[in-house]
Amino acid sequence: MTKRFQLLQGNEACVEGALAAGMKFYAGYPITPSTEIAERSAIRLPQVGGKFIQMEDEIAGIAAALGASVAGLKSMTATSGPGFSLKQENIGYASIAEIPIVIVDVQRSGPSTGLPTSPSQGDYMQAKWGTHGDHPVIAIAPSSVQECYNETVRAFNLAEEFRVPVIFLMDEIIGHLREGCELIPSEELEIIDRGDHNISGMTYAVGEGNYVPEFAAFGEGEHYNITGLFHDDGGFPTNDNHKAYSQGRRLLDKITMNQDAIEKWEETDIEDAEVVIVCYGGTARAASGALEKAKEIEGFPKVGMFRPVTVWPFPEKEMMKISEKCKHIIMAEHNDGQMLMEVQRAVKGNVPVSFVGKIDGTTITPDDILAAIREVYEDAK
Amino acid sequence: MKKAELRFTGSGGQGVILATIILAEAAYEDKKQVAQCQSYGPEARGGLCKAECIIDESPIAYTKVGQPTLLLSLTQASLNKYVNDVQEDAIILADASIEVPEEVKAAHKVYSLPILSSAIEVIGNPMSANIISVGAVNEILQLTTQESLEAAVLNHIPKGTEELNLKALHLGAELARG
Repeated sequence: MTKRFQLLQGNEACVEGALAAGMKFYAGYPITPSTEIAERSAIRLPQVGGKFIQMEDEIAGIAAALGASVAGLKSMTATSGPGFSLKQENIGYASIAEIPIVIVDVQRSGPSTGLPTSPSQGDYMQAKWGTHGDHPVIAIAPSSVQECYNETVRAFNLAEEFRVPVIFLMDEIIGHLREGCELIPSEELEIIDRGDHNISGMTYAVGEGNYVPEFAAFGEGEHYNITGLFHDDGGFPTNDNHKAYSQGRRLLDKITMNQDAIEKWEETDIEDAEVVIVCYGGTARAASGALEKAKEIEGFPKVGMFRPVTVWPFPEKEMMKISEKCKHIIMAEHNDGQMLMEVQRAVKGNVPVSFVGKIDGTTITPDDILAAIREVYEDAK
Repeated sequence: MKKAELRFTGSGGQGVILATIILAEAAYEDKKQVAQCQSYGPEARGGLCKAECIIDESPIAYTKVGQPTLLLSLTQASLNKYVNDVQEDAIILADASIEVPEEVKAAHKVYSLPILSSAIEVIGNPMSANIISVGAVNEILQLTTQESLEAAVLNHIPKGTEELNLKALHLGAELARG
């Protein structure tokens, strides 16, 4: 009997959430600072009748997980920056072949092998644009150990529902943080499983008004073709521009037409905030600390926080709404300004957007954010 | 209870990370809010090692310790490095072999306890220094119930060392009582 309340690392909670969601297969190649995810999966999967395989490299890790998913098992792989770069080709393959998979990236400082043990959020843009071509992707960034659990469940659900790769975009701050975590049993969670309905010879066909095909696992029922080339409803390669458009459009529409259901964010003290801090993942803990401190400083402006939990697709409509009410936005993230570009795009110049970032391996502190607020405030006077 | 921000320091391999995990787990068992993290990287073996744990009644927003309310140092090098970056009324707990500067003694409540030597001479295992430290810190700050603390210790030690580690835990409390 698993203990319901446990002190866990973010990495460990991610594995427990995956198991609650129904993960039965993990393949990967251990890399700092994500290694605990492989370690715990290796221990836990055999206990629930699942399989763990340590592969020969990062590419094989995601490839094996994709194969298992095609065969019907809920699958996950985990990595960090250097491995995330190597997995990009197969993320594109998962997008076009519509293979559900959860890819965890516990971000560390890059580029290349960078600062292996230092936190970062430098893979934010890569999570969306790392693989080539227009393609659907969902990315989720947890800010607490509990969220590592709950949001991994949601990551699996979204992967299954929309048959897309879901990037679980963690960072070293949350991956190695230990906090209390409630391991909510599967029976008390909403668990989504992909459809398993074969239409003879029409594997990739979707019904009217629907965007997601429902084909059964490979090996169950009739054979079908899976390819990274644009394909017709039967799954076979085609150069027909109409068919290519129809498929490409549908792949993107799967996300855009369901964006409201995929988006998720947290707002704190946003209603009458003059300054709004936008942040995600581990940085949100420093921002929350800054909000607490700001309340105690006399004469300080009212500060709120907007934290996208689903970071791709970016919640641009909500960001726009916020920019219509506040006077200034400060983006805080552990990179040189990546979500910053999304924020600037979304607010269309409504308010000034300033930036707090770090690329030296150290972390943003509440004081760093307070200093940024002070600067904005002084400028406004 | 006042928010406790603990920083445990020493040499990699002394078990200061595990000591903070045990305290965090025990406090969580007592329904407190906790956050624990550690220095991480190549320096974590043999070199300076640092682990942190926050225990509070209310939710913990920022999870890193800025300036601790208690600093534990098991080596001279770790005390030298961290002793000047503590809260004004912070408690300093140092092994008896460590020289604590006079100005630190004047400014802080300092406990100088024979943790390392007791681990060898009384418990018979130098690896028990971290558990002795846990016992001492909890005796000084009364962070967790004895029941939860003992359960957390037993949850993190190799089989067959239960008696030895509980003895170490109790010894730590005794040393702190003086």
